Amino acid sequence: MSVKEINMERFRDQIRLLTLKQLHHLGFGHYGGSLSIADVLAVLYGKVMKIDPANPSWEDRDFFILSKGHGGPALYAALHLTGYFEEDVLYTLNQNGTALPSHPDRNLTPGVDMTTGSLGQGISAAAGVALSHKLSGRSNRTFVIVGDGELNEGQCWEAIQFAAHHKLHNFYVFVDDNKQQLDGPTKDIIDPLDFVSKFSAFGFYSERVNGHEPDAIYQATKRGEAQRERPVAVILDTVKGKGIPYFENMENSHHIRANDEQNRIIEKIMMTLEEKEVRA
Amino acid sequence: MNEAAANVKLDAVEMRQVYSSAVYELAQENADIVALEADLMSSISMDKIKRRIPERVINCGVMEANMIGIAAGLSLTGRIPFVHTFAQFATRRCFDQLFVSGAYAKTNIKILGSDSGITAEHNGGTHMAFEDLGLARLIPNAFVYEASDAAMLQFLIKKAAAEYGIHYIRTIRKKAVRLYDEHETFADGKAKVLKDGSDAALFASGIMVAEALRAAELLKEKGIDAAVIDMYCIKPIDQETVIRYAQKTNAIVTAENHNVIGGLGSAVAEVLSEHHPAPLKRIGVHEAFGQVGTIDYLKKYYRLTAEHIARAAEQLV
Repeated sequence: MSVKEINMERFRDQIRLLTLKQLHHLGFGHYGGSLSIADVLAVLYGKVMKIDPANPSWEDRDFFILSKGHGGPALYAALHLTGYFEEDVLYTLNQNGTALPSHPDRNLTPGVDMTTGSLGQGISAAAGVALSHKLSGRSNRTFVIVGDGELNEGQCWEAIQFAAHHKLHNFYVFVDDNKQQLDGPTKDIIDPLDFVSKFSAFGFYSERVNGHEPDAIYQATKRGEAQRERPVAVILDTVKGKGIPYFENMENSHHIRANDEQNRIIEKIMMTLEEKEVRA
Repeated sequence: MNEAAANVKLDAVEMRQVYSSAVYELAQENADIVALEADLMSSISMDKIKRRIPERVINCGVMEANMIGIAAGLSLTGRIPFVHTFAQFATRRCFDQLFVSGAYAKTNIKILGSDSGITAEHNGGTHMAFEDLGLARLIPNAFVYEASDAAMLQFLIKKAAAEYGIHYIRTIRKKAVRLYDEHETFADGKAKVLKDGSDAALFASGIMVAEALRAAELLKEKGIDAAVIDMYCIKPIDQETVIRYAQKTNAIVTAENHNVIGGLGSAVAEVLSEHHPAPLKRIGVHEAFGQVGTIDYLKKYYRLTAEHIARAAEQLV
């Protein structure tokens, strides 16, 4: 499968399927926020990023940091599909002694550039990476996914100010705006207001796209590449639990310990995705 | 070093000049060295360095949490960031960042916490860190030091640059008492015995080393032969030297410009209680916050003087 010729929808479905398989195998986990980032991961790992799975620490690679670390299972699916490790590793998610913990750990998993999970920290480290490359005159880019709930953290806005001040045009922030945080709708907990105008006011090139249309995400990233003075924020209009209508309509799909009924629903979706993959 | 006590006097250079010059020299030798500041660049004389090597000194603004994250990111690309701010901002303010993006993520960050303890003087209680060593000591695999003089600070900065990991160095900003020659060597992780003694052992760090030397003189007048040991390496602690002096003197006093919980006093107590129980008194701050005042006033207020150390030793002998 050539990276450039990749069918992003199909890659997205594969990420979604393997995310479900990992979590279903384990019996519990962060379903909602993993499923909402399958599309952007498909775009980044399938089409945008310069990476070499055979050499995860390749000096010229683009960096990826999942600042919303609880989306780990989706990242692991993307890393496996890109060739960083075999599929059987996926089913060790959160098992004792695993290389795939809930939240990504750069010292355990090939392809993970930064340890994240304490919200607000990954975006700072990502800005540090981007600054370093800019100072060296290197062309590496840094991509980071932050959660909408994560943007409650003051540290995010420190990093955002910092990136804009240093004109880090090699820095791409994707906001998983799935409108839900752990305790409920973001608008009821800390209303984010308008992310696009907030990022713009902080000095970013910013736009909102449908986060479940891979090509729209890709096109927004391409428009971001035209920026020479500003970092880029792509606000992804997403749905928490995307792909499983039952989860999409759930009040709280952040962390689910699936009961028998939910498992049947998940299994049905997995079967549909598997059939789709066979046909593809 | 028996004459050390008689010769204590303030150094000609300030600790901030030592820091900024040392980082500048390292930056000249090693392209990976960068210095990060959080809007306290001029307080540590790094502003002059920034004029010389602007691209290597990054002022992050008043963003301590982000500064540690930026340092972690710089480290991911192979750079060696030195991060400075006042001790309370370098630890309390960004503890989770040091813990997760620093130590847990196994990045390579050098932290200088300045204006430590009572030397924050007129910045008062909000700025007076008596707990930074304790916090830093709780971080797995972190190296924790308190510099007692200019030569030592220079040594510690070079050591931190040469070794991978999280290094926290505590210092004062202004002039320290001169304890060592410019070319003094410090054995890796070993305490520095400034004066041997057989009746009591005074383990001190930072500005309290000079007080301990003076306490040894006061004790000498009373016929008590006290050893003075500079415990600049708070973690890992030099267990061997602690045990040796416990065996030799059976009377241990620790002295620190810090809360007695978490720092040197705790570290020495842990070694003693596990390996060689011996009577111990800890000179330091007891269950208190900081406040504004001159160093002399604060030393007396928090009972951090040579007289307090000497009295504690006398009670044990």
